[in-house]
Amino acid sequence: MRAPLGRYVVRRLLYALPTLLGVTLAVFLLVRLIPGDPARLIAGLLASDDEVQRLRVELGLDRPMPEQYARFLASVLAGNFGLSAVTRTPVIEEIGIRMRATLTLAVTSTALAVAAGLSAGVLAAAYHNTAVDYAVMMAALGGVSVPVFWLGIMLMLLFAVHLHWVPAGGSGTPAHLILPAVTLAAFSTAIVARMTRGSLLETLNLDFVRTARAKGIGEGAVIIRHALRNALIPVVTVVGLQFGTLLGGAVLTETTFAWPGLGRLLVSAITARDYPVIQGIVIVFAAMFVVVNLVTDLLYVAVDPRIRYG
Amino acid sequence: MSPSTRASDTDKGVRSTIPSAGRSAWDRLRRRRTAAAGLVVLGMLLASSLAAPLLMGDPDAVDFAAVLQSPSPAHPLGTDQLGRDLLTRVIYGGRISFLIGALAVLLALAAGIPVGVISGYAGGTVDLLVQRGVDLLLAFPGFLLALTLIAVLGVGVTNVVVSVAVAAIPVYVRLVRGATLVIREQTYIEAARALGAGDRAIILRHVLPNCLTPVIVQSTLQLGAAILTAAGLGFLGLGVRPPTPEWGTMLGEGQTYLLSYWFIATFPGLAIFLVVMAFNLVGDGLRDALDPRAGARG
Repeated sequence: MRAPLGRYVVRRLLYALPTLLGVTLAVFLLVRLIPGDPARLIAGLLASDDEVQRLRVELGLDRPMPEQYARFLASVLAGNFGLSAVTRTPVIEEIGIRMRATLTLAVTSTALAVAAGLSAGVLAAAYHNTAVDYAVMMAALGGVSVPVFWLGIMLMLLFAVHLHWVPAGGSGTPAHLILPAVTLAAFSTAIVARMTRGSLLETLNLDFVRTARAKGIGEGAVIIRHALRNALIPVVTVVGLQFGTLLGGAVLTETTFAWPGLGRLLVSAITARDYPVIQGIVIVFAAMFVVVNLVTDLLYVAVDPRIRYG
Repeated sequence: MSPSTRASDTDKGVRSTIPSAGRSAWDRLRRRRTAAAGLVVLGMLLASSLAAPLLMGDPDAVDFAAVLQSPSPAHPLGTDQLGRDLLTRVIYGGRISFLIGALAVLLALAAGIPVGVISGYAGGTVDLLVQRGVDLLLAFPGFLLALTLIAVLGVGVTNVVVSVAVAAIPVYVRLVRGATLVIREQTYIEAARALGAGDRAIILRHVLPNCLTPVIVQSTLQLGAAILTAAGLGFLGLGVRPPTPEWGTMLGEGQTYLLSYWFIATFPGLAIFLVVMAFNLVGDGLRDALDPRAGARG
């Protein structure tokens, strides 16, 4: 029954579209909720009155709301997020420059979290109720509780300030990536480890695992070759859901380590009240999250043959 | 066993299990050593926060003769760039963090529970609309949603509470709606309706009390998450305004002096870590104690 898969994919894609539309509508309305003249806000404090008036007509801010939204949506779809109120460069260019740094950080952290979290989770399940299990669970508790910015500062103090192993901040070399990536990965690693452990423990109680054991297969092979494949299915979902937390964490991590990504740009834009930039980055972040969730859902179907997509 | 004795057994059983179910949940919670440790840590931090004005001096007292001093008997956690005692500020910081966390969770509860119950109970178009709204909120990663709202509302305690609360609302709507959907289909609801109970009575007397357990567990975990989000906003300089001694804000200020004065950023962060960990321990323990089936899974 592989035929309906295509239909499921299309349906899931169509389902993501209203969410993305909703995101643009929410951002559009939010910026208009700010007290004060939107043209003045978008033009920035340095703009002259003439400039503000020109912008008001140009952006159609003198038009009715639905028409304004239609125009806004059309320009967003065309990749036009307007000009930064501070630097006067197109927002899309500023986002493009910073995007690579954020993606590098996010992808490295996700890879780290999956590798470390899976290993730790398997170890904890294999040595269930032993010191190994408790140590992993304690570390995972620390991982979900620690403020990401504080963890970053502590790692920076130890490995950059005292030991001089890695640079304290900035970017440019692979060494610069190590501390931010480890910091950002901490939370997701803990979640993946917990999920892997729980899911593997459940799987190990299932009949087919008992059969494998009865056939005389060693415990290591039972876990790796038989149980883990099934246990991985919920882990896939968790990695996708984690991506949202990861993006939020990226804002804090980038600020801690002066990492030149979108998160740091967002914080400086908020401080400078640069609304076109804020608007653009929030839409891009939300779109990334929606797309990652979409990919996760599709992966989930691909990984689990038991799911009937209907 | 004759029918009459069975009936009286059940009767007695019902009467005695109601109080003892609560007691045994409490016992289970206390018996989990990790959850008990979380309770103790929380109790101490909460007590010291409440008693701060009795225990400590003025958290904003500036002393230019004692600027950036390392920890010493006079200043156990050192002093900051204005010579303010860090121990005093960290203890006062607990008041701000607990207050923000509690208000944000209460606000999210006040909005999330009614919406979740109505969505689950009414079903149909209402449910569909509410769920699309929730999907929309969930399309923004939590911290980013709070950050965006701060960008619109501006900084300050009230706006931090509102932003953190709005980011938590979808969690409660989903949770309560899910519980309501299950409860709505139970036989005793049908029985209550057959006896003439209206929607209002069914919701107040049957649906809401049965949602309580997951809501309590979630709220404990959510308190930690709310404090963490508020501290993150403070760290970015977009939370509670200085000189209010909020942990995240103190940490952000301390980062400037990190290279030479490690203690300014270290202790406020440690306080956040401890509080969040304690809430997580108690929340996990509560889940195990109140819902043994969920506990067995993980």
